[in-house]
Amino acid sequence: MNSDHQTPILELNHVSRSFGGQGVLSDISLQVQAGETLVLIGESGCGKSVTTKLLAGMLEPTSGDVMWRGVDVKRLKPAEKLKQRLRIGYLFQSAALFDSLNVFENVAFGLRQNTRKKDQEIHDIVHARLVDVGLNGDVSSKMPAELSGGMRKRVGLARALAISPDIIIYDEPTTGLDPVMSDVINELIISVREQRPVTSIVVTHDMHTVQKVADRIVMLYPLSRLPDGENQVIYSGTAEDAFHADDVRVYSFVHGDASRRLQELSAA
Amino acid sequence: MSIVQEQRWNPIVWLGELVIAPVSVVGDFALFALLTLRWTFSRWPRGNVLWTNLYQIGVLSLPVVMVTGGFIGMVLAVQSFDQLRVMHMESRLGSVVNMTLVKELGPVLAATMLAGRVGSAIAAELGTMRVTEQIDALEALGADPIQYLVVPRFLGCVLLIPMLTIIADSVGMLCGWIFSATILGINSYYYWYHTYAYISLLDVYSGILKSISFGAAIALVSCHRGFHAKAGAQGVGTAATQTFVFSFVLILFLDFLAGVVLSQVYIWLDSA
Repeated sequence: MNSDHQTPILELNHVSRSFGGQGVLSDISLQVQAGETLVLIGESGCGKSVTTKLLAGMLEPTSGDVMWRGVDVKRLKPAEKLKQRLRIGYLFQSAALFDSLNVFENVAFGLRQNTRKKDQEIHDIVHARLVDVGLNGDVSSKMPAELSGGMRKRVGLARALAISPDIIIYDEPTTGLDPVMSDVINELIISVREQRPVTSIVVTHDMHTVQKVADRIVMLYPLSRLPDGENQVIYSGTAEDAFHADDVRVYSFVHGDASRRLQELSAA
Repeated sequence: MSIVQEQRWNPIVWLGELVIAPVSVVGDFALFALLTLRWTFSRWPRGNVLWTNLYQIGVLSLPVVMVTGGFIGMVLAVQSFDQLRVMHMESRLGSVVNMTLVKELGPVLAATMLAGRVGSAIAAELGTMRVTEQIDALEALGADPIQYLVVPRFLGCVLLIPMLTIIADSVGMLCGWIFSATILGINSYYYWYHTYAYISLLDVYSGILKSISFGAAIALVSCHRGFHAKAGAQGVGTAATQTFVFSFVLILFLDFLAGVVLSQVYIWLDSA
């Protein structure tokens, strides 16, 4: 194995992030290896989405470094930063389709914005990506408001895939979907990584998704309830081990057991 | 575990917060305006994006601007007529109505209508895009949100508000004249004779020029408020309301500033 294979594709080094004096992440260190599927879990408000936005370059850390293939992203020139950003596809929690553009233009957006491809080539790529996510050409003229939740997520994934990223970040991809559609999205995550050499980072509360797609899981704990001096990453390992974790916080979360949390709330 | 301590009211802290908050908002707004100008001169928006905004800002504002201009022309005629009649100067009604329109009310009311119709809509649209992560999605797809969202709206407001002002002035002049001639019985010859005698081209240009500053203010305030909208329906509603209030205050401030500067220009021209 050469050294390049050991360099994480993305890395957070002692990263902290706060908003208006309110700390969300404190001294987080995290490595994402090329080709793996890393799943981030944790209670609502523990900083999972902030972590992914830091990794994707949509937020800057208050302190600490974000590394892209071993290089501090702060040291990248604007053109290099843009290039790096386009190596990361992002599926937003609400899909975040542009309301004013139809499905075709949504999927074509990244290509029109960053390449000089001709219309026919863009048309072919958009069509291929829609097929990849199980949609046919009929939806391409529809507006986002006309789509169901599952279709919106699939169009969002097609849009992320259209720019041929090395990494895809899925922010709560199954939230708000029925169990069958949730499983369709899980299968899509698996088929995307089987079709291309892509690294996946998945934020989810859905343990079915965790068991189905995760190579490794990392669990964050809310900073407001974290004992002083303890690392905010309270678990890093396989999904199987998480279900038998010694840490009661990890065990309660993955089993959906509220008794400990209810005790905390009643004591507060 | 973290311990929450009850803090006593400290006048120094209170005063500091009172000063820091508005200064940081003004500083952020100035940086936002500078970034918008930098993108405006470095990369022109794509044709279809610009045309859509020009249509929504300009063409769709025409009815409300024309109706406002028309009624203001007639209101000015009604209000001025009685006072001029006392002095037996009613034949000079045209100069009063048209001077007030081209120098003051045409630009200010066209801008106010634009702030109400377009500014609030921009703030609500961008605010919704912010809270539904569409602005983050733009960044994720390699587009600069200021270049893609703000510059076309800025150009739409700055390029089209002079046209809207000219249309408001023209409709106001026309309606004021028709009302004066048909209802108030003013002789049309004297109405226009005194208009030409008292209004110079500089008066017309000054009104149009200051309207450009109003357009820039409306675009920047509405986009800035939209970008900083807080989550939820209330956050977006607040952004839209703030846009109208801040834009209107800024329009009046810029109008006052333009009045002071132009009065000096008139004095300088008279002495030259």
